[in-house]
Amino acid sequence: MIEVLSVAKRFGDVRALDGVEFKAGDGRITGLLGPNGAGKSTCLRILSTVLRPDRGTARIGGVDVVAEPLRARRLLGVLPHNAGLYPHLTARENIEYYGRLHGLDERALAARVDALLARLGLAAIADRKAKGFSQGERTKVALARALVHEPRHLLLDEPTSGLDVMAARELREWLRALRSDGCCVLLSSHVMQEVEALVDDLVIIANGRIAAEGTPAELAVRYPGQSLEDIFVRAVEGARR
Amino acid sequence: MNAAWTVCRKELLDNARDRRTLFSAFVFGPLLGPVLFAVLINVLVTQTVSTAEATVEVPIIGSELAPNLVEHLEARGIEPLTEHGLEKLPDALAAVQNGRRDVVLLIEPDFAERFTAGETARITLVHDRSNTRAGSRVQRIRGAIGSYAQQLGTLKLIARGVDPDVLTTVMLDELDVSTAAGRSIVLLGMLTYFLLLATLVGGFYLAIDSTAGERERHSLEPLLTTPVERSSLLLGKMAATTIYMLLALALTLVGFTIALDFVSLEPLGMSSGFGIGAALAAFAILLPFAPLGAALMTLVASFTKSYKEAQTYLTLVLLVPTLPLVFATMLNVKPTGALMWIPSLSQHLLVTALVRQDPIPVTYVLQSAVATLAVAAVLGLVAMRLYERESVLG
Repeated sequence: MIEVLSVAKRFGDVRALDGVEFKAGDGRITGLLGPNGAGKSTCLRILSTVLRPDRGTARIGGVDVVAEPLRARRLLGVLPHNAGLYPHLTARENIEYYGRLHGLDERALAARVDALLARLGLAAIADRKAKGFSQGERTKVALARALVHEPRHLLLDEPTSGLDVMAARELREWLRALRSDGCCVLLSSHVMQEVEALVDDLVIIANGRIAAEGTPAELAVRYPGQSLEDIFVRAVEGARR
Repeated sequence: MNAAWTVCRKELLDNARDRRTLFSAFVFGPLLGPVLFAVLINVLVTQTVSTAEATVEVPIIGSELAPNLVEHLEARGIEPLTEHGLEKLPDALAAVQNGRRDVVLLIEPDFAERFTAGETARITLVHDRSNTRAGSRVQRIRGAIGSYAQQLGTLKLIARGVDPDVLTTVMLDELDVSTAAGRSIVLLGMLTYFLLLATLVGGFYLAIDSTAGERERHSLEPLLTTPVERSSLLLGKMAATTIYMLLALALTLVGFTIALDFVSLEPLGMSSGFGIGAALAAFAILLPFAPLGAALMTLVASFTKSYKEAQTYLTLVLLVPTLPLVFATMLNVKPTGALMWIPSLSQHLLVTALVRQDPIPVTYVLQSAVATLAVAAVLGLVAMRLYERESVLG
C-alpha cells in the first residue's frame, strides 16, 4: 500500500504539489493521470525519496519516506522516465549493480538475475552492452533492475512512452502479472487509452491538486455518458478554475 | 562501506570500457611528460655540447691588418670568414640588424698603425644581444680577444722590466658549490609539473563521467533510489577516481625512469639521479595528492550542468595545483617546514629535493602527507554535503 498524505512541494515560485492525498492499494494498478507539468513526476520523485516534500509525507508499506528514506527504498522498485542504464555495462551487469547496492549476496544475486533475464526474455542480450539496445530492450532491462530485490511496491514514470506497440503490450502484460502477485503498482501517464486498458484505480492530477479519483467504473457513474477522455478534460478544467 | 566498494568497482569497470578515458588516463599522460622531457633534454645537451666545441665562423673586416690576432683566434676555433662582402661599419651593422650575420668583427683601419706606435688599437664587435643563438659565440670571441690583449700587455710589461703582477691588485677566486645533480634542477623542476598533471589527468574523465555524466545519462535518479546513503555513493566514486589517478602516476613514473635512462645527462655535467628507488620514493611522496585531486575534481564536476561544462571547469582545475610550482620555480623556493603545509607545493619541493639528492627530513614528508590528506578530507566532506541537496539532480 502506498499512501500519499497531504503532500506539498514548491520549486521557487512554482507550486508543483499542493496538498495531494491518495492511496494506491496492494494487488492493484493505480494510474496517476494528468497533463504535462501537473505534478506527476514530482509526486513519484517524492515517493521514491529523491525529493523531500515541503509539507505532508507519504508511506510505502507503512514506512514513512521522510523519516526513514532508506527503509522505504528497500520496499520500492523504481522505473524512471528514462531507463538510465550504463551504456558500457551489459544488461546483466546493469541489473547486478543494483542488486549489490540493495545488499543482495552474490549467490542469491546470480540466481535472481538469471531468473529475471529468463522471465523478461532478455537471455539473448544478457551479455551485450546496453549501448546498442532498442528502447524496448532498455525499458525491459530497467524493469528487471527495478525488480532485482523483489520489491512489493513499484513506481513507473510514463513506462510505455517511446515503446512500439508490441513492447508496450508486453510491458502491460508484465504489470498485470505483478498485480496478480499482489504488488502495489503506481504508474504515471498522459496516454488515456493505455490507462483505460490497464488500471484499476485512477487519480487525475492537475495544477498540483487531485482533480478526480476512483475506479473507471465509479468515474463513469459520476460523469455519465462520457468517455474517459471527456472526464479527464472536464476534471482538469475544473481544477484550473 | 560495502556499497561504496560496489560503486567503486562499477566505476572502475565502466570507465575501463571507455576508450577516451583509457587513452587520456593511461596513454596520453604517462607518455606526454617523459617523451617531451627526453626530447627537451636531448636538444639541450646537443646544443650545449656543439656550441662549446664547434668552430665558429666569423666575418672579419680588415683581417689582413692584424694577422697575429687572426692566428690567435684561429687557435681558439674561431675561423675568419674571408668571403663576406662587407666593407665598412654600416655594412656590418646592417648585416647583423637584418639577421644575415649573427656577429661581425671589424678591425679599424688604423689598427696596425696604432699597434706599432704602442697606442691602444681598436676592434669593434657587432652583435645583437637579443639574439640568444649568438650569445655563446659572442662570449667566445670576447674571451679570445681579451686573452690576446692580456698576453700582449704582459709581454709589454716584461719588456719594460716591470713585474706583470703589479697590475693584479685583487684576485677573485670563484668556487661553485652546486652539485652535478643540483645543476640539472632547471630541467628537473619540470618533472613534478608533469607528474602532478599526469596524476590529475588520470582521474579527469572518471570524475566527470561518474558525476556530470551520470546525471546527463539520467542514471543518477534511479541510483538515488537504491538504499544507499548518498555519501557512500560519492565515496565510491572518489575512490575510483583516486585509483585511476594512482595508476596514471605509477605509469608516468615508469615512463620517466625509462626515458631518463635513455637520455644521457653526463655531457651537461649533471647526474639525474632518477632510478627505481627514486621513482618509488616519488610515488610515496605524491600518493596523498591523488585523493586531494579526486575530491576536488568530483566536487567541481558534481555541480556543473552538463558533461561539456564539467570538462571546461575541470580544465581550469587542472591548473590550480600547478600554480604553486610556477612561483616556486620562479622564486627558487627552498623546502621549509612551513611550506610543507601547502599541498602540491610541498610535493613539488620534496620530489625536487629527492631528484637533487638533497637530504629530506622524514617529518617534512609526514607533514606534507597529513596536510594534503586533511584538505582532501575537507573537500570530500563538502562534496558529500552538497550531494545531499536536491539540486544535485540538475
